[in-house]
Amino acid sequence: MRPTPSQTVGPFYGYALPFRDGGDLVPPGHPGAISVHGHVYDGAGDPVPDALLEFWQADAEGRPGSMRRDEVDGSFAGRDGVTLTGFGRVATGLDGHWAIRTVRPAAVPYISVCLFARGLLHHLYTRVYLEDSGDALLESLPADRRSTLVARPERDGVYRFDVRIQGDAETVFLDLG
Amino acid sequence: MPDPQDVISREIAELAAKSDGADHPARDYPPYRSSGLRHPHRPLVAPPEAYAELRGPVFGATDVTPLDADLTRQHPGEPLGERITVTGRVVDRDGRPVRHQLVEVWQANASGRYPHQRDQHPAPLDPNFTGTGRCLTDADGVYAFTTIKPGAYPWKNHVNAWRPAHIHFSVFGTAFAQRLVTQMYFPGDPLFAYDPILQSVTDEKARARLVAAYDHDLSQPEWSLGYRWDIVLDGPSATWMEEGR
Repeated sequence: MRPTPSQTVGPFYGYALPFRDGGDLVPPGHPGAISVHGHVYDGAGDPVPDALLEFWQADAEGRPGSMRRDEVDGSFAGRDGVTLTGFGRVATGLDGHWAIRTVRPAAVPYISVCLFARGLLHHLYTRVYLEDSGDALLESLPADRRSTLVARPERDGVYRFDVRIQGDAETVFLDLG
Repeated sequence: MPDPQDVISREIAELAAKSDGADHPARDYPPYRSSGLRHPHRPLVAPPEAYAELRGPVFGATDVTPLDADLTRQHPGEPLGERITVTGRVVDRDGRPVRHQLVEVWQANASGRYPHQRDQHPAPLDPNFTGTGRCLTDADGVYAFTTIKPGAYPWKNHVNAWRPAHIHFSVFGTAFAQRLVTQMYFPGDPLFAYDPILQSVTDEKARARLVAAYDHDLSQPEWSLGYRWDIVLDGPSATWMEEGR
């Protein structure tokens, strides 16, 4: 069957898709928690203030509870503080910045990322690697491209990962078939 | 200075004439002006393995309440507008139902206004309508929403740019690689030809898959009009998913 075409997420998803604790794949104080953060930039090098990023770590093999709902008033209730769902979602701020708190990926050495934005007609996939070592995708890329997928350690437990949609230092985006 | 509609329409026609029949829009689609700086120049890279992307997030009973699928009941009063139901099946490219997965929707109100600070269209907000909903598909992949028909609204892509009425959809498959965010349109909308976002799908048959069908059997007497819209998730082929790459 032919697939349903993609369309842009547009500018107005902000009251619909982001949810409470969306970037907290693990709660504050979780053993081994790391922060990964960065900016999204467009082809002019300007920050993208209306991008939405989703993160997926397969370690949890997927469990419900990312966007728990409060059955009393229908609002988002936040995560339960125990379950690792593997899924995160954050919108960039007006400065194009995003941040998540998670644990180091274990089953594979990367965090999967799906990027949506106004102006982007079809989402883009990329990966955050925490180290440049021994991965088949990284090995297949020339050094300058490969570095776009590797987060830079800023201080203990904090990693920086910028997404450049277009331009000289353009992030490697993936064709997943 | 934004271009007039005839410049945009000419660009749309030129790109339609060169359509390669693709299912999805090219990320570089100049008539949609803000795509210019927001598409990669380099080709996408096929990874040697995709263990994580062949799996995906799971949602369940705690992630939705039954009321989330009825956008007309989120406030004390009834929203203004034409009450509708929208239902359909989510399937993969082999036609298999996508079971118990999350479908999220958001839309403008009947006047064509979003409750978002950046929407300054001088049309009234509706205190009884927010315009967001979510549900899980059932064991057959079926989703269903009750809402009101959204209005068309202006935007600033070019002079006199108007979006045809649409509902935004966000859909998850079993694999993260099947993720889809798209827009559902209403049949017979006179704005289709003028809209660079819909026309970014240059293949006519593919474009038609974004338009719901009015289904009189889904309409409820003295209550609501029914629309049917099925969703086919793209993504790794079944073979790729079963064997890896």
